[in-house]
Amino acid sequence: MTTPALLVLEDGRTFHGEAYGAEGETFGEAVFNTGMTGYQETLTDPSYHRQVVVMTAPHIGNTGMNDEDPESRRIWVAGYVVRDPARVPSNWRSVRTLDDELRAQGVVGISGIDTRALTRHLRERGAMRVGISTVETDPARLLEKVQASSAMSGANLSEAVSTGEAYVVPAVGEKRFTVAALDLGIKDMTPQRMSERGIEVHVLPATSTLEDVLAVGDKGPDGLFYSNGPGDPAATTGQVELLQEALARDLPYFGICFGNQLFGRALGFGTYKLKYGHRGINQPVMDLTTRKVEVTAHNHGFAVDAPRDTATETPYGVATVSHVCLNDDVVEGLELRDAAGSLKSFSVQYHPEAAAGPHDAAYLFDRFVDLLEGNA
Amino acid sequence: MPKREDIKSVLVIGSGPIVIGQACEFDYSGTQACRVLKDEGLRVVLVNSNPATIMTDPEFADATYVEPITPEFVEKVIAREAERGFPIDSVLPTLGGQTALNAGIALHENGVLEKYGIEMIGANFDAIHRGENRELFNAIVAKVGGETARSYVCHSMDEVHEAVGELGFPIVVRPSFTMGGLGSGIAYDETDLLRIAGAGLSASPTTEVLIEESIIGWKEYELEVMRDKADNVVIICSIENFDPMGVHTGDSITVAPTPSTPPTAASS
Repeated sequence: MTTPALLVLEDGRTFHGEAYGAEGETFGEAVFNTGMTGYQETLTDPSYHRQVVVMTAPHIGNTGMNDEDPESRRIWVAGYVVRDPARVPSNWRSVRTLDDELRAQGVVGISGIDTRALTRHLRERGAMRVGISTVETDPARLLEKVQASSAMSGANLSEAVSTGEAYVVPAVGEKRFTVAALDLGIKDMTPQRMSERGIEVHVLPATSTLEDVLAVGDKGPDGLFYSNGPGDPAATTGQVELLQEALARDLPYFGICFGNQLFGRALGFGTYKLKYGHRGINQPVMDLTTRKVEVTAHNHGFAVDAPRDTATETPYGVATVSHVCLNDDVVEGLELRDAAGSLKSFSVQYHPEAAAGPHDAAYLFDRFVDLLEGNA
Repeated sequence: MPKREDIKSVLVIGSGPIVIGQACEFDYSGTQACRVLKDEGLRVVLVNSNPATIMTDPEFADATYVEPITPEFVEKVIAREAERGFPIDSVLPTLGGQTALNAGIALHENGVLEKYGIEMIGANFDAIHRGENRELFNAIVAKVGGETARSYVCHSMDEVHEAVGELGFPIVVRPSFTMGGLGSGIAYDETDLLRIAGAGLSASPTTEVLIEESIIGWKEYELEVMRDKADNVVIICSIENFDPMGVHTGDSITVAPTPSTPPTAASS
């Protein structure tokens, strides 16, 4: 016996399906993810806070859930939309089904709807608010509630997902560097990729001050890192000012995703909301320096507005666009160099930590180590 | 990778009819190759013995030859095109499966390519040789940190028995340079071994078989990968086999994209 569920978009488009995961009612921004694998990492990625994720791959839950792959302490998506959930998971690491996990964490979902039609709708009309309910059966009444829910633009969400307390991820092997990492919605794989390279990572709450950053380690940090995270970069001010103070002190900086958008803002560029965002694990990105193409993991709904072909003078050095997405020319990376041309700081819009996704961009962590080395 | 302006015409070697060991992917990739090369403004000459494929429809190439895919016939095509005033300056043998690779290798070895000044593109002779020769290929896999089943290359039954003494039954026998595993098999005992390894030695054009540790029952997983000269890499497709190792793909089902391989396993 299945429970019917209803999905209504803010423009009134309605889909009827079956309950998946917890029963109840949820609202958020409808976005689609094109990853054919990696749903466990997607669900636990804090950047999906307050978003209802539509999976374009039709079969979800095939490998069940394990205790090794979550990217944070909980599932963050506000709702989950799948076409055909697996009836029986098949993997040697699986300890429970995805359906059970969604229920245990109270995540409301819907299955058995035409996810291709829904994705096409979002591609044509753009990301928009959505509601899923197993308790409200009248589409008109659910639509009213959707239209009364809050929008993603202007939302400052990193403090809601950030760690409350600072913690340290120790370096693997010999400790070479100390880095202060601001948790704006950090994924566990990110400090791990740094620690594998001899970096002791001090993960700090999103509300940390310059004093907090400078106080990490025995002799202060060798570098500063800003993580990925949810929300609108234009609604963030404190972290932008903190980054500007750090750049003024010539502290080497590396940013991922939200950390790229805030780096852009610190350098004086604007940000804007993409129509339907980049969410998936096979996005082609070109490194404009080497002209090499990487296949990369993305999860961003906003992007930096910076000139692709010209360098920009900033109070901290010369800023350039280092990477672009080959699908739509969106800025995917920024670099800051001094007058002599040496790299001072950099960031990327995509996910070199690759959880889930291809490992093409792992070299960026090595580049950060080189940067710390040059500055030490 | 930028377009090479020095290449004006390309001979595409097709795959011939679809058989076990050389399935529809080579028909598909060769057809796409013809389209892409024509879009780039190159003259495309096609040899394919299969008149039933869409690839041999007239609009896919500037000149289409429905002829056997053997070195002798391909050489005649090269000569004919030169006589007609359209000398071919490159040959693409990498998108027509084992049939096309074998024809390309033979044309290199018998000097036809050199005689007509034709360059092998897509992959050169050395690269194909490294992929085909199991000993060389195992060395490459080891060099990049990959693991392979333990194996020994043997040229006689004495060498075969020595290898089996080391690895034990069951054992996999693989002749070199044969299409889709022709002449290969799994030997569970001495009787099987004599039959399969004997046939394998005679099926191999180089009288060479590989005696390999058995991984029967393992999960089977495939990737279709493209890499260009500038080292850009794309995983075209991930494929999961329905049955475990030991059941031939021709008797089984494969599913693409992989339905039940988690990302940590897929990316490592």
